[in-house]
Amino acid sequence: MRPFAYERAEDPAEAAALVAERPDAAFLAGGTNLVDLMKLGVAGPGTLVDVRRLGYDRVEHRDDGGVLIGATVKNSELAGDPGIRRRFPALSRAILAGASGQLRSAATTAGNLLQRTRCVYFQDVTKPCNKREPGSGCPAIGGSHRDLAVLGTSDHCVATYPGDMAVALAALDALVHVRGLDGEARALPLEDLYVLPGDTPHRETVLERGDLITGVELPAAPAGAAMHYRKVRDRWSYAFALVSVAAVLRTAGDGTIDEVRLALGGVAPRPWRARTAESELIGKLPTPENVQAAMGAELAGARPLPDNAFKLDLATDLVGAVLRDLTEPEEDR
Amino acid sequence: MLQDDTRSEVSLRINGVDRTVGVDNRATLLDTLREGLGLTGAKKGCDHGQCGACTVLLDGRRVNSCLQLAVAADGGEVVTIEGVAGLEGGGDLHALQRAFLEHDALQCGYCTPGQICSALGAMAEAERGWPSHVTGDTSAGVAGAASLDAYEVRERMSGNICRCGAYGGIVAAVLEVAEADGGRS
Ligand SMILES: Cc1cc2nc3c(=O)[nH]c(=O)nc-3n(C[C@H](O)[C@H](O)[C@H](O)COP(=O)(O)OP(=O)(O)OC[C@H]3O[C@@H](n4cnc5c(N)ncnc54)[C@H](O)[C@@H]3O)c2cc1C
Ligand code: SF4
Ligand code: FES
Ligand code: FES
Repeated sequence: MRPFAYERAEDPAEAAALVAERPDAAFLAGGTNLVDLMKLGVAGPGTLVDVRRLGYDRVEHRDDGGVLIGATVKNSELAGDPGIRRRFPALSRAILAGASGQLRSAATTAGNLLQRTRCVYFQDVTKPCNKREPGSGCPAIGGSHRDLAVLGTSDHCVATYPGDMAVALAALDALVHVRGLDGEARALPLEDLYVLPGDTPHRETVLERGDLITGVELPAAPAGAAMHYRKVRDRWSYAFALVSVAAVLRTAGDGTIDEVRLALGGVAPRPWRARTAESELIGKLPTPENVQAAMGAELAGARPLPDNAFKLDLATDLVGAVLRDLTEPEEDR
Repeated sequence: MLQDDTRSEVSLRINGVDRTVGVDNRATLLDTLREGLGLTGAKKGCDHGQCGACTVLLDGRRVNSCLQLAVAADGGEVVTIEGVAGLEGGGDLHALQRAFLEHDALQCGYCTPGQICSALGAMAEAERGWPSHVTGDTSAGVAGAASLDAYEVRERMSGNICRCGAYGGIVAAVLEVAEADGGRS
């Protein structure tokens, strides 16, 4: 591991100044991804600026039903927060479906959003990888890609965004609050935080150097809507998603869909908001045939590889299962 | 003596005792405990957050000490397996350690310190009513550690791998202590 300086910033201005002074500085939160990547030689910051004392450590519920989640709130605290469990149970479920108890009690909101892909070549510095070393090639396309993406990929990179929490946040119309190096605050939709690989897979987000995530805002969930998160993985617990689905659903008296929001995990370089499927489903019953048709439209542009084409059927089945969970009481199934 | 900005002096309260140690900023909390402070109870299995053998309690929460930098833990309070008996205010063994012995919850013992620290963290989480991934009603959560069943314990302990497969005994030991008093003793 490359030697580095460590600074514990006490306020955001100081954190920004420290990063401004040192071009190879990185923010440190729970460290559960960054320290791992530093050990692997994938990341090598010259300075770590610890952001955990900046005061972004609260979950503030608003009277209108919305919430502001601080950037350094621990994943375990957020999943356990009574207001989140009551108003946004799919968010708690998504967090609890990820990692382990001890990882969640160190990991933070912002760190979770910015976790890097688990592509095995990316994590192995002896292998080429366009994301880690631009222009070196993508061995995953002709090699080990079973866990990687089928949507939004390019000829340069097929990595998946691996996280769970952000998938639920995408379905909940989250806004990410960012403080720029100049102290200017801005907010952007969570989906716009991530950029697709194109021919620059090393660029994963719209964040500029020194941009500090300060929190995530959720608007009130639609009145009368139900929400859910499900994850399919190779073992029952403690594994990354093959495919996951977050859904927010409201049906009319006759069972037709009034409002639906679907986000897919494990299939794309970012949490994938399935807007085509959503609009196909409006006004219809969530029958298997309708789900099949809607997901067929959503996945029309997919670029499956030989070993991950199974994700297309899996995503369709999982969307169907989640909508069924939300519309049929358990005893009827 | 700090030569440059890549080393730091770190103060930690470990198992109730204040310790100060000079570290290379690259040192993890795990390596600092084991090599700098002679506390070899916490084990290194994978060094990447995957096995749980290095689990300790940091400021009351269970964490993988292999992914925590010692310098970032400065000022923190750490409990390692060497200190868990002290949580009950003396005695040779913590109730959970005794339960591990009674239930044959180990074979080689390599994962055991991490299992025990993790279980203490998990019971504290359940005492706060926090649900797990397998809790039926996320909103309602759970009614304390005493309400956990084997299914819940398995899920909550999934971050601790046991290559010897002593899981049956581990779950039984955790359940016994959780049911007794929520694990507070
Ligand atoms: C064995 C293992 C299994 C896992 N399984 C899962 C899983 O199933 N599902 C899942 O979703 N995740 C999983 N994870 C990943 C885990 O969720 C992430 O490591 C964690 O959420 C990262 O959060 P952190 O606070 O530790 O981030 P850090 O490691 O501290 O930081 C991550 C990145 O975010 C940047 N950063 C941090 N805070 C800010 C900020 N405020 N502003 C700007 N940049 C910031 C850092 O510079 C760094 O680039 C797993 C991890 C491990 C090790
Ligand atoms: S898929 Fe992306 S991250 Fe993986 S090897 Fe190819 S370029 Fe690298
Ligand atoms: S040694 Fe820390 S989790 Fe394996
Ligand atoms: S007792 Fe040997 S690894 Fe668990």
